[in-house]
Amino acid sequence: MRGGALLAALAAVAALAAAPPLLGEYRTTLLLPVFGYGVALLGLNLLFGYGGLVSFGHAMFVAAGAYAAAVVTGVWRIESFEAVLLAAAAAGLALALPVGALCARYTKIFFGMLTLAFGMLFHSFLFKFYGLTGGDQGMRVRRPTLLGLEFEELDKTAFLVGPYYWYCLAVAALLALLMWRIVRSPFGLALRAQRDNPRKAEYLGVEVRRTRFVAFLVSAAFGAVGGAMLAVPTGLADPELAYWTHSGTLVFMTLLGGFAHFAGPLLGALAYVLLQDWLMSLTPYWRLLLGAVLALIVLACPQGLMGLPALLRARLAARRRRAAAPHPAPAE
Amino acid sequence: MSPPLLETYRVGRRYGDFVALRDVTLRVHPGETVAIVGPNGAGKTTLVNVLTGLLRPSEGWVRFLGSDIAGAGPVRLAQLGMARAFQLVQVFPELTAAETIAVGALAQAGRGRRMLASLGADRALRARVEEVAAVFGLGPVLHRPARELSQGQKKLLDVASAFALRPTVILLDEPTSGVATADKHGIMATLTEAARRAGVQALLLVEHDIDLVETYATRVVGLRGGEVLADLPVRAFFADEEVTAALVGRRPARGAQG
Repeated sequence: MRGGALLAALAAVAALAAAPPLLGEYRTTLLLPVFGYGVALLGLNLLFGYGGLVSFGHAMFVAAGAYAAAVVTGVWRIESFEAVLLAAAAAGLALALPVGALCARYTKIFFGMLTLAFGMLFHSFLFKFYGLTGGDQGMRVRRPTLLGLEFEELDKTAFLVGPYYWYCLAVAALLALLMWRIVRSPFGLALRAQRDNPRKAEYLGVEVRRTRFVAFLVSAAFGAVGGAMLAVPTGLADPELAYWTHSGTLVFMTLLGGFAHFAGPLLGALAYVLLQDWLMSLTPYWRLLLGAVLALIVLACPQGLMGLPALLRARLAARRRRAAAPHPAPAE
Repeated sequence: MSPPLLETYRVGRRYGDFVALRDVTLRVHPGETVAIVGPNGAGKTTLVNVLTGLLRPSEGWVRFLGSDIAGAGPVRLAQLGMARAFQLVQVFPELTAAETIAVGALAQAGRGRRMLASLGADRALRARVEEVAAVFGLGPVLHRPARELSQGQKKLLDVASAFALRPTVILLDEPTSGVATADKHGIMATLTEAARRAGVQALLLVEHDIDLVETYATRVVGLRGGEVLADLPVRAFFADEEVTAALVGRRPARGAQG
């Protein structure tokens, strides 16, 4: 079981590493946001899948990471992407400290609404404080160096589909490994325990509110690092990143992949990006179709794509049982 | 006599004008199994909530192992060494039996906050979980999620996770409610045996089943109208017809003697 998961993860990383030359420039560019979103969603799902807390404001941390990237590269003129990622994590934590201290007191719809409210506040801040954030124009994110290398000979696209792609793959893989450790630690167990039964967890010595708060901080840091990774290809940190519909998109991606599985958010990011590209090429009404897909997932496959094999197995088994039964089941 | 593990002095608790507890002085010593009995509304739940640090008394004080625990909360109580199992079964539906026991064992070891330690590689934890599970006969279902267990197994798991805290005192709130009559003595026997093996020094028992109280308790505290009406060794309690009539209704027809 564990060996299987490790093999699958290694195979996925190897396949993604080998993909650019086979896919070509356009499709490789398409895959870039998968890494940033994947990291942000790993963070979101620590709260959602493991903590039972659905944040509808997580785009604020993605935006915080993107703006951190803009400030570090554009204002401070520090080009190192490692510094950008650290600054993004710090910005996410700084924002999450007050927000999380308040939100960690609540659960369910109250938690969701409170995170939504803070997300909208943060969006307003980015939108209105023109002098600081560039308002609706956003802030430019300059091309960073990777491990001190400038790649001057490469044009923007060649940089993105080459070194930047592999760099982001490595960062995403390392952060996935880190998150894998966190969810399998005593802390991860305490987080799942409070999700299932907070009162019982307290009587077993789990500091429920502290556990939620720490999960919120980790989640925010992952969100911000993901945001910084997303901002380099677009070259822009803009307030729409923090808009509440973007928070909704993050939740959608997680549902699409399956919040009950560790790899669900990663698969969700990939599936969403591909699905959106495909639907946009089909019709201008692609948002309508995305909505239909979301409804279909919730109704037919609430465990998302990761839950599909189990769902199909259960359906098949039920059908076989019915076929094997000599008499029809009594009417209910 | 050794000092009391758990002690209240003239504890009172009011809700507005309503007096839920009045002047309750109580001591629990090592080796005792103290049953708290009384009709509905006698203040049993309020007393238990005060004893477990959930409710702050309006008057008087409550100490556990010498520390003031008034309103200390369940986490602090768990750290100090008091565990509580509720009347209604409390489990974590999606956690396996092993994980459920591990939550208590990790808190007891002071390792519950660690973020990068691997649960899977923790041999000491696994040994401890298996040890606790064996006492409660949960070995065969250790890796099944709690939601898939039978009602009786859930009850045992609930209590097993509390035992994983290595408590000094454990409070059992109607441990056999929701269990078939035929199984009640089996569950109680498992619990008392587990308590003995786990080094639990005293048991507090809130119980309606008089037969069980008579069999397993060493002392009975009878509450009525928020006041202690009787605090007697079990034999003396059941010998006093006035007290038993007031607190537990008629005696069971057969004189069950443990």
